[in-house]
Amino acid sequence: MTPIAMDTGALVRGLYCILPEMVVIGTAILVLLADLLLPEEGKKRLCHLSVAGVAAAILSALWLGPGKIEGFSGMIVHDGMGLFFTLTILAAALLTLMMATGYSEWEGTQKGEFYALILLSTSGMLFMAEGTDLMTVFLGLETLSIPIYCLVGFHRGRMRSLEGAMKYFLLGAFSSGFFLYGIALMYAAAGTTRIPVIASMMRDARLYGNPVFLAGIGLLLVGFAFKVSLVPFHMWTPDAYEGAPTLVTAFMGAAVKAAAFAALLRVVLLTFPAILPAMSGVLWVLAALTMTVGNFSALLQNNMKRMLAYSSIAHAGYILVGLTAGGVAGGQAVLFYVLVYAFMNLGAFGVIMLVAQREDDGYDIDNFAGIGFRYPVLGGLLSLFLVSLAGIPPTAGFVGKFYLFGAAVRSGYVGLAVLGVLNSAVSVYYYLRPVVSMYMAPAPEGIPVPRPPRSAFSFALCASAAAVLLLGVMPASALEFAERSVLSLLM
Amino acid sequence: MGFIDNHILSLMTFLPVLGAAAILCVPRGKDDVIRWIAAAASFLPLVLSVKLLYAFDRSVAGVNVAGQFQFVEHYSWIPSINVEYFLGADGISMPMLILTALLSFLAVIGSFGIEKKVKGYMALFLLLETGMMGVFASLDFFLFYVFWEVMLLPMYFLIGIWGGPRKEYAAIKFFLYTLAGSVLMLLVLLALYFNTTNPETGGHTFNLLHYMAQSTHNGWLKGFDVRILLFLGLFIGFAIKVPLFPFHTWLPDAHVEAPTAISVILAGVLLKMGTYGLMRISFPIFPDVTRWFAVPMAVIGVINIVYGALCAMAQSDLKKMVAYSSVSHMGFVMLGMAALTPTGMVGGAMQMFSHGLITAMLFFLVGVVYDRAHHRQIDGFGGLGAVVPVYTAFVSFAFFASLGLPGLSGFIAEQMVFLGSFDVFRTIVVIAALGIIFVAAFHLWALQRVFLGPLNPKYAALEEINAREVFCLAPLGIIVMYIGVWPMPVISLMNSSLVHLVDLVKAVI
Repeated sequence: MTPIAMDTGALVRGLYCILPEMVVIGTAILVLLADLLLPEEGKKRLCHLSVAGVAAAILSALWLGPGKIEGFSGMIVHDGMGLFFTLTILAAALLTLMMATGYSEWEGTQKGEFYALILLSTSGMLFMAEGTDLMTVFLGLETLSIPIYCLVGFHRGRMRSLEGAMKYFLLGAFSSGFFLYGIALMYAAAGTTRIPVIASMMRDARLYGNPVFLAGIGLLLVGFAFKVSLVPFHMWTPDAYEGAPTLVTAFMGAAVKAAAFAALLRVVLLTFPAILPAMSGVLWVLAALTMTVGNFSALLQNNMKRMLAYSSIAHAGYILVGLTAGGVAGGQAVLFYVLVYAFMNLGAFGVIMLVAQREDDGYDIDNFAGIGFRYPVLGGLLSLFLVSLAGIPPTAGFVGKFYLFGAAVRSGYVGLAVLGVLNSAVSVYYYLRPVVSMYMAPAPEGIPVPRPPRSAFSFALCASAAAVLLLGVMPASALEFAERSVLSLLM
Repeated sequence: MGFIDNHILSLMTFLPVLGAAAILCVPRGKDDVIRWIAAAASFLPLVLSVKLLYAFDRSVAGVNVAGQFQFVEHYSWIPSINVEYFLGADGISMPMLILTALLSFLAVIGSFGIEKKVKGYMALFLLLETGMMGVFASLDFFLFYVFWEVMLLPMYFLIGIWGGPRKEYAAIKFFLYTLAGSVLMLLVLLALYFNTTNPETGGHTFNLLHYMAQSTHNGWLKGFDVRILLFLGLFIGFAIKVPLFPFHTWLPDAHVEAPTAISVILAGVLLKMGTYGLMRISFPIFPDVTRWFAVPMAVIGVINIVYGALCAMAQSDLKKMVAYSSVSHMGFVMLGMAALTPTGMVGGAMQMFSHGLITAMLFFLVGVVYDRAHHRQIDGFGGLGAVVPVYTAFVSFAFFASLGLPGLSGFIAEQMVFLGSFDVFRTIVVIAALGIIFVAAFHLWALQRVFLGPLNPKYAALEEINAREVFCLAPLGIIVMYIGVWPMPVISLMNSSLVHLVDLVKAVI
């Protein structure tokens, strides 16, 4: 057996292609090293270092540009869609870390490992978003998941945090098993794990109707469904979201979801058109169930974190509507919505983080009574983010939902679009409950005094608000970027 | 001046929201500054609306003819789905634009008495004005929908924060009802978008004028049952806003809890959006279904007239009575429109304008007595005529205008509705005409109980109406009287458009 020659050029090209990932990983290692050297009172530098690292990663991703760069013999690709998701994930990570400037001080997460875990998880997301091989996607999924399990349980002393982490870990491990088993079956049928190759085999019908392959795709779908918490694979979500430190919850909702949908989109857009009749029914049912169960469960919640957890389930359902629709329009809608969701979700969590003083009952909706007028900026911001989540114009949430449901109608899924619209009407009720509490409920004697936000925290909130408004009023350029990204994938 | 002339509708729409932005920058505690900024930001659109009135060419129709719209602004907004920023005015929207500008300004002046959280109140109010103007100026369905929704939230907050004791209930009820209507509208919007093509570009379109040209509809959209479904979806969406029976139950709650100026806007402008939407969107896009649905619409109109009047008679709360009188009066609009005759259509539009003025007066007047007595029970007063003669005169004037006394604008509108619809549905019109007796009855009965009879000693020292309140009422009264005597300026404003609309609906496609 001849040894495979070392191709230096290919290696350099491969490393070039994963430049943003390397920057993020490098920052994580730096953070861990710096953690050893820095004195206790200097730990906040770690946060600054992480912010700088993610900002550098964003710049490097922009520097790579939207052109297609393949690396590691096609295991990973930096293309337009990769760039879109890379930027979305990095933006979410950046906002999260900026909010961490304040959050870590209050909650005692001013530790090197906290930031390193966030960064490592981010790198996993980036791999997942750019992986064109099922193995890369799986490695990315594990790299993102394991740090998140730790982060959910970061408050070692709190039962709920541990309970959430345990549930998430056990179910997540199962889902990884499903995922891997699905890949194995697909490999057995197709002889490859390369997504574009599988797609081309599907197109000339060699795999069509192969039961082993279909079972593989089904299991893969189950794995994804766990990660983006589609009903009925959503059981872990409320507990994990409620138990996790709020900052981690915000990060999970925004970034993990983006990464998982990136990979799912790649698989679905490339391989599903050939077997659409079989799969679209499955996706249809999943989307309908997820939206409905998510929204109706959210109606019953009195805790903001839990309510937003169920709302994130519902939003996964909306995004799945776009996936079901498929095609350029569906893909574009999904990309745009994932971006918008990152901003509105992080923004909403950011505000409630400031207001809630204690974990657990600090997040009760009643606890927000009277906030609106005592702290008009915070009240206004939270209202804006909730209104956008509810999908009311002129916010970005409306444009995003319009595109999702529009794509469904265009592809002939009128029933699904109707269901989606009705669902978002239901959702308005629970999104307005905190608003009612903030502005209309009689203010109690001791209104909680929100923590004074650090300047970076304020900046993150304002940036999210600006994004939500700007993407709502002038969405044209972001939509075009999304469209070009999807086209680059389908070409 | 070129800039103002070219963007007059945009300016009318967005000046208020600029004022709102300015208000948000005013430091805490300077409530008077805020009030005057708000007054200025709502006065400028009023000035522009006068300019609009003089520049408007009354001879051309508009409705579905792109070249005949005036003050047009047409740009691409979201090119990837062909959303256009398309504003324009014709005889259907002109009276509404003027009414909105006038009532908004008066409502801001009428809100000077608000002491609680002035900044938030005025900012939300101006945002609301932007939404209303935008609805009446848009000719692109997507844009229309966005403005329609933009209006929703400020209204919700204005009722929910500055309202009466049951404000939260009323606000959420208003919101959910209206939202249900919006959802239906959104579904119709999607259906129309994907089943029409822009003849110029070949892509899908949101342009309302393209929808009105039936040749842009594809085969699916030409099916009559599909058209009925879409028409009914829109109809329910608009009927909730009007509100037509049986979707009217949110209205009394919202009115009773809303602060005075907000009730004025709610009844004076927001209700008209429902009937405006029917005229602007439903009728010209689905003329065939409109003809098919004419009789049910007339029946609903009459139910509104009679049932609204009976409900009004049963109320013990003065404001609730006025609220139900709106239900009754909007029935006339529906009846006139359903007749599909030029006279009926003009009568309906006239009633929209006239009712906007009269109901605004009524709500202002109820607010005046509520501010002083802190209750609105009709039976809780008595003999006020002797204590507050000027106020009594204003109320009597408004009540007589509302019950359709000849010489005032309500009479002209109602007569035109009856004239226009009598030949079309005789029985229905006769019932409606009998309904007028109830309308007159509840007005006169309330007048008698509040102002005549022995004086309730509790109110022997009731304060007379003040100058600011007169300032809000007098312009409305003058216009009501002017139109009542010489209605031609308003009729000619909308005549050619509405005649064209009737022709359009009557033409068989």
